[in-house]
Amino acid sequence: MLKSSLALFLKDVYSELRTRYAINALVMFIIVTISVILFSIGNEKISDFLTGGLFWVVIFFSAMSGLSRGFVSEEERGTVMTLQLTAKSSVVFTGKLFFNLILGFSMNILIALLYAVVFDTFRISSLGIFVCIFILGNIGLAVSSTLIAAIISKANSKGTLYPVLSFPILLPLMMILVDLTKSCMGGVILQEVMVEIAILVCYDIIMLAASYLLFEFIWEY
Amino acid sequence: MTNEKAVYSLSIENLTKIFGKRLIFKNLQKEFRTPGIYGISGPNGTGKSTLVKVMAGLISPTKGKVIHKKGESVIPYEEIHNYIGFAAPYLVMYDEFSAIENINYLLKIRGRVPDKEYITSLFKQVNLFERKDDIVGTYSSGMKQRLRLIFALAHDPDVLLFDEPTSNLDEAGKEVCYEIVKNLSKDKMIILASNEQSDLVLCEDITHLETYKK
Repeated sequence: MLKSSLALFLKDVYSELRTRYAINALVMFIIVTISVILFSIGNEKISDFLTGGLFWVVIFFSAMSGLSRGFVSEEERGTVMTLQLTAKSSVVFTGKLFFNLILGFSMNILIALLYAVVFDTFRISSLGIFVCIFILGNIGLAVSSTLIAAIISKANSKGTLYPVLSFPILLPLMMILVDLTKSCMGGVILQEVMVEIAILVCYDIIMLAASYLLFEFIWEY
Repeated sequence: MTNEKAVYSLSIENLTKIFGKRLIFKNLQKEFRTPGIYGISGPNGTGKSTLVKVMAGLISPTKGKVIHKKGESVIPYEEIHNYIGFAAPYLVMYDEFSAIENINYLLKIRGRVPDKEYITSLFKQVNLFERKDDIVGTYSSGMKQRLRLIFALAHDPDVLLFDEPTSNLDEAGKEVCYEIVKNLSKDKMIILASNEQSDLVLCEDITHLETYKK
């Protein structure tokens, strides 16, 4: 199964490199969003913690703009049936998840780098813990976004439905991530945030299990 | 795939399909076995494509079931795609890839290692070899249909489900398609859904769908 999923992932990567279906839109979105935040702040001095919260807001909306493409592009081009005739649902979900994980990580690393350059107040004191929550947060975001993308790809109003459906599912994840980022900026030690990190791990596992259980029904019917 | 020489059978048991309030077909009962060419005919809108999709496991029936068997063992629903080859005008390939890339990627996703010699022979058979490296987006509808035939045959399946296989093809293309069907019918099950008399004349048994409306 892993070999087939990797083949699907590579197919998506080559397809993306040729069509630039998601990358161009995502990069533009990230640049525009950070610029808008920058211009709206102007010369105002904003608190350190506010930049930490805004960081995840940018990530959330960037994910909403880019991570649905894997399934939506298959549906729009009409290649869903070809994939259904080629692989079983778990292979398709794993392949698309790999693609969203890589796309999500690349996108969020770019956001983090731009953010660190643009905002002086975005300084992380507990870098190790931040890297840990950044990885766990990205996994949760990619898993949830992949499943929701599969659902909305069948709908008519894909663009509007995606953030609307994603919001309640991603809200607990985002709240913990914002909270943990604030703690990391304030210089927290691992023992103080173990519970929150455990919740992040549980969120990722629950979403991953739920996705594999539900995807077959979304994909095949 | 195990049990390579075993007879493949496809049984349709009390199959009914209803879209909304519209009855497509009702209580369809049929059994297909290897080897053989079977036809499905009927005027437009009688559900030929729907039946083929149900047989391929692409859509679920409202009532009844389709059972795929190889020898005595029933093939699980999630494995059916490995045993069937499917070609239809509504099957879409990836426009951004060349024909050979499409076939190779799809074979790898299937978990197979592309057999270069066999794939080349298929491209030659459907007269697409010279254009195999061209992007599919530049293909004519007839060339896309030839590519769909290669997609159906590339993993050497036991059953071939062809929905209007000669659609968009010129006379030469139709002849190639008929030759493929005749050659493969010696050891495979071929199901043709079509209105074309020239397609149906190849079939040893034809199911007329308009008789399953009541």
